[in-house]
Amino acid sequence: MKTKSSQSASALILQVVMFIIAIIFLAPFYFLLVNSVKSLGDIMVNAANWPSMFHWDNYSKAWELTRFPEAFTNSLVITVISNLIIALLSAMAAYRMVRANTVFNRIVFMIFVSAMVIPFQSIMIPLLQVVGWLNVNNSMVGLILSYLGLGIPLSIFLFHGFVKSIPLEIEEAATVDGASSYGVFARIILPMLKPMLVTVIILNSLWIWNDYLLPSLILQSPELRTIPLATFAFFGQYSKQWDMALPALVLGITPIIIFFLSLQKYIVEGVAAGSVKG
Amino acid sequence: MNSKRTAALMQQLVYIGPALLFFGITIIIPFVMGMYYSFTNWNGVSGNVEWVGLDNFVKIFTSDRAFADSFWFTTKFTIVGVILTNLVGFFLAYFLTKKIRGRNFLRTIFFMPNVIGGLLLGFIWQFIFIKGFATLGDVTGLAFFQLPWLGDEVTGFWGIILVFVWQSSGYLMIIYIASITNVSKEVLEAAEIDGANRFQVLKNIMVPLIMPAVTVCLFLAISWSFKMFDLNLSLTKGGPYGSTESLAMNVYNEAFLNNRYGLGTAKSLIFFIVVAVITLIQVRLTKNKEVEA
Repeated sequence: MKTKSSQSASALILQVVMFIIAIIFLAPFYFLLVNSVKSLGDIMVNAANWPSMFHWDNYSKAWELTRFPEAFTNSLVITVISNLIIALLSAMAAYRMVRANTVFNRIVFMIFVSAMVIPFQSIMIPLLQVVGWLNVNNSMVGLILSYLGLGIPLSIFLFHGFVKSIPLEIEEAATVDGASSYGVFARIILPMLKPMLVTVIILNSLWIWNDYLLPSLILQSPELRTIPLATFAFFGQYSKQWDMALPALVLGITPIIIFFLSLQKYIVEGVAAGSVKG
Repeated sequence: MNSKRTAALMQQLVYIGPALLFFGITIIIPFVMGMYYSFTNWNGVSGNVEWVGLDNFVKIFTSDRAFADSFWFTTKFTIVGVILTNLVGFFLAYFLTKKIRGRNFLRTIFFMPNVIGGLLLGFIWQFIFIKGFATLGDVTGLAFFQLPWLGDEVTGFWGIILVFVWQSSGYLMIIYIASITNVSKEVLEAAEIDGANRFQVLKNIMVPLIMPAVTVCLFLAISWSFKMFDLNLSLTKGGPYGSTESLAMNVYNEAFLNNRYGLGTAKSLIFFIVVAVITLIQVRLTKNKEVEA
């Protein structure tokens, strides 16, 4: 039997250890923020100490040189539009596949699920050719189109599991009242899918917002650059000029950090719900 | 009767058609094309595509040193990365499900690196490794910080591992937390009353009960680390001299740097097969270990 005092001592040690680990986790952000407002000379002398002088103009320079507002808008437009279409189409397909459980639909579902294993690198080379054929290369349309196909399998998989848990009786009652299948889906099913909708949108948002490889292959024009693309181009140009590169990095991560901190409850729940075993 | 069938067909088309169409255009067609191209000498530009049979595969397996090296690098990275992220993720979850002050705050911190994309994280860490570690080395005199970080093969490998673990263990932590919270307190208490020590409870009761989460976390960690690209690109670019080049980057370079698209698609096909086989085996193996609570 453990004594009370040894228990509280170990609890205290655990508490301290966890906070030390948290500080280690946060340390990179300290280095990033502190050095982003130093002069280059200051950074070179000592990267760990507090700034001797605050050079806020580092930020205004980085803001302009990365064309941050433009990159932010591009990222936002691409993420929002892709998300809406992926969520709607996946919910519809998953609903139909659960309710009309035909051999054909079971095979289609199997294909969707199996496709989740395909690494992006295994299709990226011919995908560019397809995008070229459709004449949507170097455009947001081409990029969003690619995100649709890539995002749909996991989203369908998640919705599929969720629709199965919705009792059929609710729909039957509505059908008796004369609602069409589409009416039932739009007015009854879609609202009930909301918890899974949140999960799907969060997982897809984190992925699309942060994705670098696909946009780098499809978008060539500088004015179409997303945040990762703009950061990459900027970092290549100013790689040793940390007083430029660091504020650009801070700007780059700020939107997603704000998104996370304001929605963290949903994000954490979404991650847990999105990982249900398959 | 006939109109009923048309209506059903219509519904099928409306509900599944669009998803299937986009999926077909961006996954199925490129996937099938890739299989075809892997047997050709396509260079990506000219319309001149010649069938070369198994030439690409013979070349890859017999004379492509860089591919073999990147395969070995990726394998090592996957083994070390999967073990470390899962250990860190699990133990963070294990301790954060105990009575501890600031639990939610701590969870937020551990998860936060995960919402930032690999590319930006890599750039941030490039600064930490080059300038931050150098300063810490001067201040503390610890040899760990004075290594030539990212400058040679060994520090390049461990540098990417470090950032990978920092980035992904928070995600796995969330999954482990959800699973640990579901383990009934009575079972654990009963074991303790029966005289099991903390380690025995952990090993014999806790881990078997959270096996479904282990399956998922291993699956995720394997696919992340095996397909790792962004961190690789932003931290070492595969250097020095290709010594830290991952498979995904090798495929990328073959196609878009060397303009050997045929060879690149052959490599990507091998890449797909390896990923599929590994993940299937892993899921099969760990699923067998799952028990009913």
